[in-house]
Amino acid sequence: MTEDRKYGAIIIGGGHNGLVCAAFLARAGQSVLVVEAADQLGGAARNAEIAPGYTAPACAHILHLLHPRVRSKLKLRRHGLKLAARRLPTVALDPDGNHLTLGGGRIAGTVPEEDARSWRRLHKRLLRMAGALHPFLGRIPPRLGGESWQDRLTLARLGLSLRMLGKAEMRDFLRIVNMNAADLLDDELSDDRLKGALAFDAVLGTNFGPRSPGSVLTWLYRLAGEAKGGRSGLALPAGGMGAVTDALAASALDLGVDIRTGTPVRRIVVEDDRAAAVELESGNVLRTRAVVSSADPKTTFLDLVGPEHLDTGFLRRVRSIRTNGLAAKLNLALDELPDFPGLDRAALGGRLVIAPDIGYVERAFDHSKYGEYSAEPAIEITIPTVHDASLAPGGGHVLSAVVQYAPRDLKGGWEAHRDAFADHAVAAIARYAPGLAGRIVGRQLLTPADIERDFRIAGGHWHHGDLAVDQMLMLRPVPGWAQYGTPVAGLYLCGAGAHPGGGVMGAAGMNAAQRILAARKAGNAA
Amino acid sequence: MTTKPLYQTPLLETPFHARTAPLNRVNEWSRWAGYATVDCFTDLPGEYFAIRHAATLFDVSPMVKYRIAGTDAERYMNRLLTRDVRKLKQGRVAYAIWCNDDGKVLDDGTVFRLGASEFLLNAQERHLAWLQDSAPGYDVTVEDVSESIAGLALQGPLSCTVLKAMELDGIADLKPFGIAEFDVAGTPLTVSRTGFTGDLGYELWIDPARALDLWDRLMEAGALHRLTPIGSQALNLARIEAGFIQTNADFVAADHAVRPTRQRSPFELGLDWLVDFDKGHFVGRRALLRERETGSRYRLVGLDIEGRKPAHDALIYHGKSRQVGMVTSAMWSPTAKRNIALATLDAAAADKAGGLWAEIYVNKEMKWEKTAARCRIVARPFFDPPRRRATPAPDY
Ligand SMILES: Cc1cc2nc3c(=O)[nH]c(=O)nc-3n(C[C@H](O)[C@H](O)[C@H](O)COP(=O)(O)OP(=O)(O)OC[C@H]3O[C@@H](n4cnc5c(N)ncnc54)[C@H](O)[C@@H]3O)c2cc1C
Repeated sequence: MTEDRKYGAIIIGGGHNGLVCAAFLARAGQSVLVVEAADQLGGAARNAEIAPGYTAPACAHILHLLHPRVRSKLKLRRHGLKLAARRLPTVALDPDGNHLTLGGGRIAGTVPEEDARSWRRLHKRLLRMAGALHPFLGRIPPRLGGESWQDRLTLARLGLSLRMLGKAEMRDFLRIVNMNAADLLDDELSDDRLKGALAFDAVLGTNFGPRSPGSVLTWLYRLAGEAKGGRSGLALPAGGMGAVTDALAASALDLGVDIRTGTPVRRIVVEDDRAAAVELESGNVLRTRAVVSSADPKTTFLDLVGPEHLDTGFLRRVRSIRTNGLAAKLNLALDELPDFPGLDRAALGGRLVIAPDIGYVERAFDHSKYGEYSAEPAIEITIPTVHDASLAPGGGHVLSAVVQYAPRDLKGGWEAHRDAFADHAVAAIARYAPGLAGRIVGRQLLTPADIERDFRIAGGHWHHGDLAVDQMLMLRPVPGWAQYGTPVAGLYLCGAGAHPGGGVMGAAGMNAAQRILAARKAGNAA
Repeated sequence: MTTKPLYQTPLLETPFHARTAPLNRVNEWSRWAGYATVDCFTDLPGEYFAIRHAATLFDVSPMVKYRIAGTDAERYMNRLLTRDVRKLKQGRVAYAIWCNDDGKVLDDGTVFRLGASEFLLNAQERHLAWLQDSAPGYDVTVEDVSESIAGLALQGPLSCTVLKAMELDGIADLKPFGIAEFDVAGTPLTVSRTGFTGDLGYELWIDPARALDLWDRLMEAGALHRLTPIGSQALNLARIEAGFIQTNADFVAADHAVRPTRQRSPFELGLDWLVDFDKGHFVGRRALLRERETGSRYRLVGLDIEGRKPAHDALIYHGKSRQVGMVTSAMWSPTAKRNIALATLDAAAADKAGGLWAEIYVNKEMKWEKTAARCRIVARPFFDPPRRRATPAPDY
């Protein structure tokens, strides 16, 4: 059945980027509908009940990238977004209990004076370089060889922004940007715990180990996002990551966006070579002037559009986007706050990292290359209940952990290995929190294969596709199509698979809206 | 066929090699798709005139052949090729081209519709990766069957007469671009009324194991009709007269071109008639629509050139001074009695009437000389005998 109403835009997917895009379009007067397959909004930025009364961030747990324009223009504070904690320190866990606490460029704990100084300097240097990149996150990437002054301006800005670093620093940037994080860290620092924790930052959510070339770039990119994310640093939203989604949804609704959950889209209907409607799993057809997909590029083009409307060369590129997810999510419901010897309650409110040295992270990564999981994984932990008791019943706690590496295509399949991997992850944490196992009242593990299925993300990938130099900026999602448009007129991308990539940032959704509005203004019948 | 390991066989032998090699008295060979093929058996004029006045055999076994089959084969082919494959009936052949995303031609070839959901695509170059990468999402299998089909082109005014002598019942009624199946001593033989000479002619397709037997039967049936084996040089003359272009001779296959500006669109090759914008999406469609809006850069044309000196590799000038293009194939046509060429010109020059000059280079005993000859754009084919289309095929 074809419904009567024709929308100005239909957004596929009510993840945070879909909601951001919808809200920005509605703000500019467009009639917008968001259709989300799941019963809940938020995509990878939603909450999950992992045991009766226990609310955990289903995937993403730390808010550190949210673009300030998203926050301010969509009035997220007014729509209920509060932070339970900000500027979380990072605790580099040490098997012997000599943990280090990092905050900004400062280190608390016993490290050689030399290292403390070097890290302060390196931290500043990296932030300056990241700063040169950050204007690009909130912009539509320029077309190479593009003719519009807009494209040239953006390219010129990138050049200028790097040039502004000064000659020596620009040279330094060009030198290190292609390096691997391990080499850079070994050059500058000596302490294993420090280097391990920093190396993990460089590869979190990527398909890299610290020794993979390009891991400095992914690190800088993450830092650039954090720089954009503002003064709150690493933050925990009150009410869990799902609260960010709630605020976005409230903002969108307030701006007049229609939202339907539990409404999977089966296909994008192309008529006269334009995206003209979406067909739902229910069979209903919804007509629209533009279809904007926050589903990942592979899902969007291979499943929803289909090869019939696309060219072979383009499909080749889409098919070869690397989407092998490597990050698993372990959420534990605990009846009490776990005891980490050497850490007090305040420290447990920080971000705990299990990456005792570079080799540990690299070895964890090695397994993934051969389709194996890491028996000794690198882990990022938060315990949001330290700041926000509402997430667990009566004195209980939630431990949220990103566990690397867990390749989507595990040899032998995840069904046979999920429990064993979860046991390994729990054991790895229990090395630092000996009584942990006895306090677990509920446990949920999402492997990338689960994330692929439950969140409809190809490969279960954090970024909907690797963020690496060949899949970034003007090359994201595929060369030639980095401006949120697609070969099909009236079809746009607005999710993590587009520039600037994943993380709860909202920049992809915001930039896409800008692109669509510009096309409308130019009368491109978009 | 050869039994040596491939690495010891830089050039393969076709299924007809045992017959063609002894006949190749001047021993001139060249490579075609990895096979040794005869350039010229004895003398070029004799072979050429046999095409136009008698009957000839040319070994087309090296032709690259793909079998495309499955319930979605028609949809698949329709997206791959620029023309509307739905209009191609079973038992019919069509000339076709296919493009990359940018609407630049990857190759040309013939499509045989063998069944409702089975096609054979014959091409000059190899395209398995492209064809397979076009397949996901379609219920089709794409298979390289080049080595499992031996082919002979039987061309010339007496070609039908030869087949009749071989007792192929009803062959005279086969229409141009038609396909018919026969049984020759228990072996299936596929005959299509197709060819590269622009003359009356057929192509014969058979199991390679039966190739030599077919050759012998043809030579026996053709003995009284001056059936002459020919090499690629004679064929090339005939195809220029027919006005056919050849991939990597008259234009660079898009996926071979190192310089993007060397790629050519169907419009630039004068193949507009092969592009059907009304059939739905096909690979390159959007780029071609844009080109139709903004205009093409080049135009491939037929030229009639003053004088008799073949304009091989000639540069074409407008008003004798501004270079506007070049010749890619040229000959003095003994049959059309014209000095003809295929050339690529800047579109603007091609659209202007007149004023074109060819700068022809002639080597006179180790000394190059150049002469300017007036030329004009003419319709192709340069030679187009009615017998090419006549059905039933004429008997001489
Ligand atoms: C384990 C893990 C931990 C992470 N941790 C962090 C973190 O701590 N901090 C951080 O900033 N980032 C983190 N990330 C990354 C971040 O969560 C994602 O990059 C981000 O949420 C992606 O948002 P999105 O809106 O672009 O896409 P998604 O969140 O994937 O949303 C896309 C939506 O589209 C819907 N959809 C897909 N197909 C259809 C269809 N056919 N019909 C209807 N709807 C459809 C999906 O259901 C989904 O809701 C993490 C990611 C993972 C996997």
